[in-house]
Amino acid sequence: MSIITKALTSAAMAAALFVAPAQAADNVRIALVVKALGIGFFEAAAKGAEEAAEELGNVEVIYTGPTDTTAEGQIEVINALIAQRVDAIAISANDTDALVPALKRAMQRGITVISWDSGVAPEGRQMHLNPSSNPLIGNMIVKLAADHLPDGGDVAVLSATTTSTNQNIWIEEMTKVLGDYPGINVVATVYGDDLADKSYREATGLMQSYPDLDAIIAPTSVGIVAAAQAVVDAGKVGKVNVTGLGLPSEMAGAIESGASKSFAIWNPIDLGYSATMLAYELSQNGAETGEGAEIPMGRMGSLTLDEKNEGAMADPFVYDASNIEDFKEIF
Amino acid sequence: MTDTATPMRHVPDRLHGRAYRTLRSWEALLLAVAIGIFILNSFASPYFLDPWNLSDATFNFTEKAMIAFAMALLIISGEIDLSVASIIALSSTAMGLAAQYGAETPVLVLIGLSIGLLCGAFNAVFVTILGLPSIVVTIGTMSLFRGISYIILGDSSFQGYPSSFAWFGQGYIYWVFTVEMLLFALIAIAYYVLLHRTNFGRAVYAIGNNPTGALFSGIRVRRVKFTLFLLTGLMSGVAAVCLTSRLGSTRPSIASGMELEVVTMVVLGGVNILGGSGTIPGVVIAAFVMGLVTFGLGLLNVPGIVMSIVIGLLLIGVIALPRLWTLVANRRKA
Repeated sequence: MSIITKALTSAAMAAALFVAPAQAADNVRIALVVKALGIGFFEAAAKGAEEAAEELGNVEVIYTGPTDTTAEGQIEVINALIAQRVDAIAISANDTDALVPALKRAMQRGITVISWDSGVAPEGRQMHLNPSSNPLIGNMIVKLAADHLPDGGDVAVLSATTTSTNQNIWIEEMTKVLGDYPGINVVATVYGDDLADKSYREATGLMQSYPDLDAIIAPTSVGIVAAAQAVVDAGKVGKVNVTGLGLPSEMAGAIESGASKSFAIWNPIDLGYSATMLAYELSQNGAETGEGAEIPMGRMGSLTLDEKNEGAMADPFVYDASNIEDFKEIF
Repeated sequence: MTDTATPMRHVPDRLHGRAYRTLRSWEALLLAVAIGIFILNSFASPYFLDPWNLSDATFNFTEKAMIAFAMALLIISGEIDLSVASIIALSSTAMGLAAQYGAETPVLVLIGLSIGLLCGAFNAVFVTILGLPSIVVTIGTMSLFRGISYIILGDSSFQGYPSSFAWFGQGYIYWVFTVEMLLFALIAIAYYVLLHRTNFGRAVYAIGNNPTGALFSGIRVRRVKFTLFLLTGLMSGVAAVCLTSRLGSTRPSIASGMELEVVTMVVLGGVNILGGSGTIPGVVIAAFVMGLVTFGLGLLNVPGIVMSIVIGLLLIGVIALPRLWTLVANRRKA
């Protein structure tokens, strides 16, 4: 056995690892780049992207991302995608700014670039797809409570910290639309600091201070779980409904116990579907971005862009006993 | 791997010539693997043989390789530094902080390199003066250095680097040749000379093979090791400048996991993880092998998880092959 045989053996070994998947030549290739592979939320988004691809017919979705949620890892992925001259990149970014140089290069080479879920700075993408918008979320959280209180009732808000930007905006938006829900009184807003134990104590305190409380709205994934637990422990299941924003995997127990009748969060499947549709429209159908532009996205309707070329996909998706089983495995 | 490993009863009538030994060397094997991967890549993807694509691909390894050269010396001397990626994070954070106060590019580079050196010195003090095992010390500083970055940055990030700062990580010297490639080449040459052409380099090998023996031969073991930790810190600083410049932003998670990729590169390059042997050309080829493999697989859209499996298999395969070959050869001769 000589060095040549040895080299050949290694080459054969490498060859076995390099078997190229068959690539259809004329397909439109849309890359769905995620923060990291192996995350349920993004796997679900990939499912949505595949659904869009099937609907469009001539689309090949390349679902890819780094192993760690780093910007460097995503840049390596982007470089490989630029090299293959894919038609479009739809990315959920690990870093708003670090990806801009790489994505700019992609756009210079004629690749459509959009961001979704977690955005890229405006100069690094053509548009950004937000899963929802602050007014839609603000409206949804009160609607969830009101839907189960046809005759009105007292509700309290359990937020994160007093300085949590997102929660403050959502509560503000909620207050704006309260007039649309007659009979709903917001009796208090308390802060659990996004800590499980403090949120639990605050929720217990609410039930003691307001014996007639009908619902707790927690627009935070930590607070909603803690509040549901507090309701179960206080024996008030059926009397106090916990709702707000939460993750299906963490809320499955609360739905089962009845402490929470329903809650909302974005639907990753819809998000991946819409991102793929938008990327296709921009790269193949000549859709233009810009303030006020409306871009169709299949079964999700159409997206209207604002002055920063951002748009909100839809109302947060409502999870309840009818669909929690399917989604609790996903994220 | 060497011919001395053959059983006693086999007496060669003459020693192998220089050319034969070179051909049988680790570097030759690696080079064959690298060429094989290059050829396979050219066949596997029509996009591989494009100068600009290949130029982009070099970013997959240039920064890691800069650290790998210093790490190679450290490992040859019998020590290791697992805090390199965290040094990058801290150094990058310091540069980001300075940039917020309007520091100009030369100052930023100076800060980046100084923090690298300081971190290296911190490790060196614990290992060489207090005599603690380097693996334990640097696992500690791995958390410590990155922890400081997390305290400073939390979940925010630093941007707003001066535009001239982008030259290091995004600049081109000529056509497709990047600034990072030039730095990579210069650093490779510098470390080649240091390890293979100076007394210092001989001392590094001596320490790795037999620290006590080296000490009694008059080698200042602690001083040499101290210098090696400083060099590793400095190279992490250089890598931090390049990476920060390339990203144009700093997050505390920057370069996370890079320390293992650097060590993989060094070991793949034929450096004995137990110390005592290894060469710079080996590490250079290993850098190319890793860069080519990750880029080639990236072109085929192989997910990153599978890519790590491939790198792992490659590492084990390249290390196991010569050993297996020796075993088989010995059995045949016996």
